Amino acid sequence: MNKIKQAFSNGKAFIAFLTAGDPDAESTVKYILEMEKAGADLIEIGIPFSDPTAEGVVIQEASLRALQGGMTTEGVFGIVEEVRKQSNVPLALMTYLNPVYHYGYDKFFSRCSSLGVDGIIVPDLPYEEKREAEEVAAKYDVKVISLIAPTSSERIQMIAKEAEGFIYVVSSMGVTGVRKEISTDIDSIVRSIREVTDIPCAIGFGISTPEQAKKMAGSADGVIVGSAIVKIIEKHGANAEREVYEYVKSMKDACRQAQ
Amino acid sequence: MSRGRYGEFGGQYIPETLMNELIHLEESYEFYKKDPEFNKELDTLFKEYAGRPSLLYYAEKMTKDLGGAKIYLKREDLNHTGSHKINNVLGQALLAKKMGKTRLIAETGAGQHGVATATAAALFGMECEIFMGEEDTIRQALNVYRMELLGAKVHPVKSGTKTLKDAVNEAMREWASRVDDTLYVLGSVMGPHPFPMIVRDFQSVISKEAREQILKLEGKLPTAVVACVGGGSNAMGSFYHFIPDEGVRLIGCEAAGKGVDTALTAATIATGSVGVFHGMKSYFCQDEFGQIAPVYSISAGLDYPGIGPEHAYLHDIGRAQYVPVTDDEAVEAFEYLARTEGIICAIESAHALAHVRKIAGDMNSSDIIIVTISGRGDKDVAAIARYRGLDIHE
Repeated sequence: MNKIKQAFSNGKAFIAFLTAGDPDAESTVKYILEMEKAGADLIEIGIPFSDPTAEGVVIQEASLRALQGGMTTEGVFGIVEEVRKQSNVPLALMTYLNPVYHYGYDKFFSRCSSLGVDGIIVPDLPYEEKREAEEVAAKYDVKVISLIAPTSSERIQMIAKEAEGFIYVVSSMGVTGVRKEISTDIDSIVRSIREVTDIPCAIGFGISTPEQAKKMAGSADGVIVGSAIVKIIEKHGANAEREVYEYVKSMKDACRQAQ
Repeated sequence: MSRGRYGEFGGQYIPETLMNELIHLEESYEFYKKDPEFNKELDTLFKEYAGRPSLLYYAEKMTKDLGGAKIYLKREDLNHTGSHKINNVLGQALLAKKMGKTRLIAETGAGQHGVATATAAALFGMECEIFMGEEDTIRQALNVYRMELLGAKVHPVKSGTKTLKDAVNEAMREWASRVDDTLYVLGSVMGPHPFPMIVRDFQSVISKEAREQILKLEGKLPTAVVACVGGGSNAMGSFYHFIPDEGVRLIGCEAAGKGVDTALTAATIATGSVGVFHGMKSYFCQDEFGQIAPVYSISAGLDYPGIGPEHAYLHDIGRAQYVPVTDDEAVEAFEYLARTEGIICAIESAHALAHVRKIAGDMNSSDIIIVTISGRGDKDVAAIARYRGLDIHE
């Protein structure tokens, strides 16, 4: 049973990202459980890729640390397996298409399904190319999350009509990473999406402070935060438990205050 | 199957942020490629600025020395800026101008594509920023200064392996952050559609000329066309108009580095497997989990872990053959051409020459080989000297 819907059933959702294997597999398991405790509604686990072209410096470096520490696709499934022994939190994997393609679509999504992974986010798999992975993912009830960008304009409704799980609304141009200001007209993008579908919209890219989270959550059904969390883990390594918990809690609280 | 496919290869595996821009680029290109005004302007630039057509030179001494096929050199090294890269860059810069863009960005490995892009930007009065692996800015310091002299800003890329693939990553990131006024002038027949098509079309002037030239000089088509392959732009340009001529063998020479049985190689077809990277499905050097492998070649221009999707297709259908050439063989060919014909070619092009040295002797005097000298070798002289143990720096 896919759990993405459940992630959007506790008010505005807070979606937390971290890179698997940074600094090591045990810490990743520990932080996922902490984030759930702190109120994260869905956890996005990054399978590190050697060349993350949609990522800013923070996640690039986390990916590199994870790969140098020996993290593999297999290792990420190991992390999910550990998490699943203790938690039923909705989970999505985030990676680039090549690691999935190489693992084999069927094997990858069947693994996802048996471990209770609910969705996958692949930034280099746009609408035009998604079919090859989506057909297999659908067989295993894994949702391939669609992304909509500030430049999508007339593509918004085309993408939204076929979207499943939730829609990842990219708040800003460029790559992931903390931004002081988000200038995109999110409201008009969400309005356009709402004309054709009522699946939840979560906003990501550039969000780091509770103020931003509150504001962005107000425009949609949830927010996604990655770099800010990865930065905390970068700073505290294997001892980031408390900091991660406090941060996620403050962000979920901010989401709760959003109108 | 999406647009821009060569068999199963190609496609547009790129973040949504760039999709509309790619569609806009394709539409603009499809419009201007049929526009007589655009073609006239490009033709004039080719003739009066780049120095086209490039010579098809009969390498008589080399032919006699190797004692087999007649060898012709397609002299792209004689183009303005010293390589074939200018063909594509003039085309894309002119297209950018027509599209109302005021800023060009590009990746570069050896620096030839960066220099060509900086040149076109200077000519068209555009802003220019070049992304170059930090490792390569050291290997090719003179080209960095050359680009700066032309008014470009060069960003040394410090991420990953600090070479060409990382420069592409960074240029893609930059483009995704600023598309309105900027065209990413991709330097090879790679990346997401429409780049492999656009770059091939602009580079196909090489085979268009070579085919006419050889028919005029010899009254027949060549037995083989040989070119070096990194991403594969000069090879694609050299092959393109010969593809329908089934009797003409097309041979791409990949950089084997220290050898295809070592980890220090960049021979994608020989050692890689199918994957998806840099916007395209093609062959890549990668590990069992699809992590892109660090590659190595003495040639910064061939030091790339992938190959353009149309090459992948020509390989799969057997229309073209791809062979690995080691550092040692390339350096020997570099020195051989200098001594035999008085031509110092780029170390990239020397990979193609090295293969010609292997096959020419076994062919008949009625056979003809055209080998593309994709660039001149001034940029490589110091590195080759160091390879031979001399402590010479630029």
